[in-house]
Amino acid sequence: MASQSHREPKRPGTADPPAVRIALITIALVFLALFLFIPVIAVFAEALQKGIGAYFAAITDPEARAAIRLTLTTAAIAVPLNVTFGIAASWAIARFDFPGKQMLLTLIDIPFSVSPVIAGMLFVLLLGVRAPLGGWLAEHGVRVIFAEPGIVLATIFVTFPLAARELIPIMQAVGSEEEEAAIVLGAGGWQMFFRVTIPNVKWGLLYGLVLCNARAMGEFGAVSVVSGHIRGHTNTMPLYVEILYNDYQFAAAFAVSSLLTLLAIATLAAKHFLARRAVPARHEQDHLAVKVAA
Amino acid sequence: MATQTRRNNVLPGFGLTLGFTLAYLGIVVLIPISTIFFKTFTLTWPQFWAAVASPRTIAAYRLSFGASMAGALANSVFGFIVAWSLVRYEFPGKTLIDVMVDLPFALPTSVAGITLTAIYASNGWIGRYLAPLGIKVAYTPLGVVVALTFVGLPFVVRTIQPVLEDLDQEYEEAAATLGASRLQTFVLVIAPALIPALLTGFALAFARALGEYGSVVFISGNMPMHTEVVPLLIMSKLEQFDYAGATAIALVMLTASFVLLLGINVLQRWSSRRLAA
Repeated sequence: MASQSHREPKRPGTADPPAVRIALITIALVFLALFLFIPVIAVFAEALQKGIGAYFAAITDPEARAAIRLTLTTAAIAVPLNVTFGIAASWAIARFDFPGKQMLLTLIDIPFSVSPVIAGMLFVLLLGVRAPLGGWLAEHGVRVIFAEPGIVLATIFVTFPLAARELIPIMQAVGSEEEEAAIVLGAGGWQMFFRVTIPNVKWGLLYGLVLCNARAMGEFGAVSVVSGHIRGHTNTMPLYVEILYNDYQFAAAFAVSSLLTLLAIATLAAKHFLARRAVPARHEQDHLAVKVAA
Repeated sequence: MATQTRRNNVLPGFGLTLGFTLAYLGIVVLIPISTIFFKTFTLTWPQFWAAVASPRTIAAYRLSFGASMAGALANSVFGFIVAWSLVRYEFPGKTLIDVMVDLPFALPTSVAGITLTAIYASNGWIGRYLAPLGIKVAYTPLGVVVALTFVGLPFVVRTIQPVLEDLDQEYEEAAATLGASRLQTFVLVIAPALIPALLTGFALAFARALGEYGSVVFISGNMPMHTEVVPLLIMSKLEQFDYAGATAIALVMLTASFVLLLGINVLQRWSSRRLAA
């Protein structure tokens, strides 16, 4: 039967009746078509409804360019910071035992369980002009909320766990034997880090970076709270999409959306490509064990 | 690969990396989170109560919890079927579908929101076929469920898939050899092994849906008492500079998320114990 995997012999006791198989595949495909594939196609169809000229006019508009610039700047600050944090946290957690490790892992996950709107609100409460710290900063001419720094801070918060969560299990799976060998043979700490650790986890590192970047460029709720929606000034691309849409400029809204959709598709492709490489083959068994235990 | 205690570990960098981790965690997460508690302490009880238990807030809780529950249930059923099809069957386009399942993680929520609104509006690609049947999706609570189903879609698939892949088919063969029908095998052998993962996926999808803002704001129409979810209510309070009210409601939602997070941790421990056994 062609439906069975060719590597394994046919296993009659584990096969579903053909009618069941066809029904389940059909249900799965219809569900995914309604929720994933039709929306993706719709983005591009709506973006091009007024023609290719209008499409390029929409994405090269000065306000669109300002939004693209702010999105890129925000990601360029937030992603390296959170990836650095991910490397430090995974080194401490995967290579050493210390009291409170489980607690630390739970605390790292906090931003995942906080609604984006609440995440943005935290920074308004902390750094808005009415708050003590925000008031003090405002007196010294530093504006955080309703300005770019607030957008960067909110983005750092929501993307905080992403790189660490990917790197910790990979660092654990790769193991520390090679690093210990390097140290015993006389390598310095940084020498070991750049020559052994980084090459061992490079794909996992890139994987974490890609995920962190996608979320940083696409975050909407949290930055919406702190941005104040100042046109051409504090709009990231996802916020600019909202403004265009609320202005009934649907084709332009979908044109900018199509860029973000391409980013999402590129992210998924990179994810697919990197996931196999993140853990070297000889460590795969360990990695699975870690994933189950985590 | 076992981690070692500090004393007999030759590796360097423990102090530096742990110090940086804690300092960064403190500045980026813990200090901002603590402000919500300090802000709540400045409220009097009547103020707090008025914010968290007003009729408009109660209506928002009801919609948020109800629609998140409906979305997570839809994902449990369909997510299970998708995971089962991806693991057990061969069909054209399988790899593409497997990759695309993560789209809701990668697509910005405002893009998802305007797109779902466009296709489920009464003149949209899908909405136009539902309108003659009397089904309105956009600007109704059903639209909220559609958006929350979208954002929670990957969770159930991605929690069940690895468990299903690791499930040893020998048990199914044994059941078949001993005379069980395929349905009996499924109910008595396969389903029990998948239940912890299914519950975890359900809880993750539910937790994600509860906090969702971007994809809901466009499709819901945001009518107070009718299609306003809690994150939208918090947003509208912030826009009116009612920080105290917004904080009080946020505290209720944060508590709900932390309880869910705790539940998910317990589920995952249960699940890994079952797998190890």
